Amino acid sequence: MASDLSVCHLGLLHILMKVNFYLFFLALTGFSLTGLIFLGYSSTSLRYKEKRFCLNLTKEHQENSNLQSPQGLSYKQPSVVGPDGKVVPVTPWLSPIVWEGTFDPLLIDSIYRQQNITIATTVFALGKYTQFLKDFLESAEQNYFVGFRVHYYLFTDQPEQVPEVKLGEERQLTVLKVPSSNRWQEITLRRMEKLEKLIESRLVNEADYVFSLDVDTKFYGRWGAESLGRLIGVIHPGYYQTAREQFPYERRPESQAFIPYAEGDYYYGGAVIGGLVKDVYEAAKTCREQLDIDAAKSIEAAWQEESHLNKYFLYNKPSKVLSPEYLWQDFKPHTNEVKIIRFSQVIKNYAAVRPNP
Amino acid sequence: MFFSVLKTQWQNAKENAKKAFCLFGTKDGFTIVVQVVGLLNCRFGTENKSWLIFNPTILNVASVTPWSAPIIWEGTFDPILIDSIYKQQNLTIATTVFALGKYTRFVKDFLESAEQHYFVGFRVHYYLFTDQPESVPEVKMGENRSLTVRKVQSFKRWQDISMSRMEQLEKLIENELASEADYIFCLDIDTKFYGRWGVESLGRLVGVIHPWLFDAPRNRFTYERRPESQAYIPAGEGDYYYAGAAFGGSLEDVHHLTKTCREKLHIDAANSIEAVWQEESHLNKYFLLNKPSKLLSPEYMWRDINESAAQIKVIRFSNVAKNYAEVRPNP
Repeated sequence: MASDLSVCHLGLLHILMKVNFYLFFLALTGFSLTGLIFLGYSSTSLRYKEKRFCLNLTKEHQENSNLQSPQGLSYKQPSVVGPDGKVVPVTPWLSPIVWEGTFDPLLIDSIYRQQNITIATTVFALGKYTQFLKDFLESAEQNYFVGFRVHYYLFTDQPEQVPEVKLGEERQLTVLKVPSSNRWQEITLRRMEKLEKLIESRLVNEADYVFSLDVDTKFYGRWGAESLGRLIGVIHPGYYQTAREQFPYERRPESQAFIPYAEGDYYYGGAVIGGLVKDVYEAAKTCREQLDIDAAKSIEAAWQEESHLNKYFLYNKPSKVLSPEYLWQDFKPHTNEVKIIRFSQVIKNYAAVRPNP
Repeated sequence: MFFSVLKTQWQNAKENAKKAFCLFGTKDGFTIVVQVVGLLNCRFGTENKSWLIFNPTILNVASVTPWSAPIIWEGTFDPILIDSIYKQQNLTIATTVFALGKYTRFVKDFLESAEQHYFVGFRVHYYLFTDQPESVPEVKMGENRSLTVRKVQSFKRWQDISMSRMEQLEKLIENELASEADYIFCLDIDTKFYGRWGVESLGRLVGVIHPWLFDAPRNRFTYERRPESQAYIPAGEGDYYYAGAAFGGSLEDVHHLTKTCREKLHIDAANSIEAVWQEESHLNKYFLLNKPSKLLSPEYMWRDINESAAQIKVIRFSNVAKNYAEVRPNP
């Protein structure tokens, strides 16, 4: 009997084992199928992000190339504000000029939010200029690309002077130590080289767009995705109603930054350069090379790298131009055409902050 | 009296501008008019120096969209400057036209006028799709200009002819253009060039504002309004009404456009629904969701050379008068 039972048990066990075996395989198949289906769906959804058919584009395509214009071309100077006081929203080469009222912020934000972009932002705060950092960063957190991923790169000779500023979600700050200088002109000139190196070493992998901004400034209004484009320049607030012969371009032919009196579109502010990482890289690299050539000849352009930047932008037209709303000067009284001040240079005592006159 | 005339003109201008800007009114009341008024030669004297200022000379028109795409009107661009920029880029512009059935009669005027006005000085490759290759006239082409004729099947209905263009374009770009062209424009054939159409029209994705609806509010746009159609656009949405007769851009972007429209047209056909304006309806849906990077004003697609409108200072490209009953295979 016992043996019968045990045989039964064995038999049962055997069946159970077999059943378990089958169950096990069933479960395994089930899981595998689920896994495969899941993978199938997830890879489709990955593919959905790249909906485009892969065209075998073999011709070297031009539509993303520079807006290069030849030297010596003669054409009328573009105006920024018409004689009736209305602002001009587009350049003669059809780049938009960004003013309040020329864009819909909700629409523009929604377009760029879909692109999951990172905006690198470089500032240089050397010597006594560290005193501007707190206001710069705090006001940026309120106004600058709010809701987007921003990575500040802060170049300073005194990392210990960098204030604690609470950053929003998806915003971060990297401090980069650089050597000091006892000439403010040197400090400003070296920015191009630092920017070039930063892009080479890090930004190509870390960011989509980069803006290089002066630090002795503050944000007072929205600066958002409307400012994004391939290559961005800002119109200097002091010269937007000036004849091109009176722009403070470098006028000595010996300098690489030389622009003749008959040429010039706008006077761009050196305090703001922006665009796609690779386009800003080209600009910074070219300016740095031109600065080095000048330095070798012991010539320093009238407004340092701003002069070289103006030369660059004359022959490599920006794809988008920011109005003086994006670069004002606190000491300037408000004007009718500049309806909103977004970013402005704070009033400072030059003698107090600069290492040299 | 002069001032009262000016005043009425100003009121009219404001009304027109307000209407134009209903096109992109948003919930936060964005209706600021950007008016660009200026004189072509504006002299200012300062310290014995005077300079000539380039001012866009348009009156009461918007020259930029709410997503910062330029809208091209006469006076918004400097042709010398812009030509010199693009000449440096060694471009090829592919240009497609379809001339089936009786529409072959339009080919001669189209091509001859294009040779006079369309991307003059640049490399252009026309692709002419027709069911009667033997009827294509001999037209003298300038240097760096070429014409390729492609035979295609015809359809009994003009609507089908029109809609089939999307698929042909998609295939053309995939199979051939990738190795030779930088930009492509797809134009209607029953048209003619009367003025410059140049590199100011180039961009990644380019649409043309329809000549009959450029000053209409969006609720009057003839979008497809049936939700069953893939081309459906609800009331309360819409930026502009774009013409199906002309669109263009980079190969990649136009490929995506034609592919998407072709797919949507098929889905509709499978559901036995034909959008109110055929592929133009689908094009409008596409442009609503994929904003063009540049818009061409109705100067680039006008109603008729003999018609005028205050805002249209130059007619560059226009429909030619025709007897629809006569040229179409079906009503």
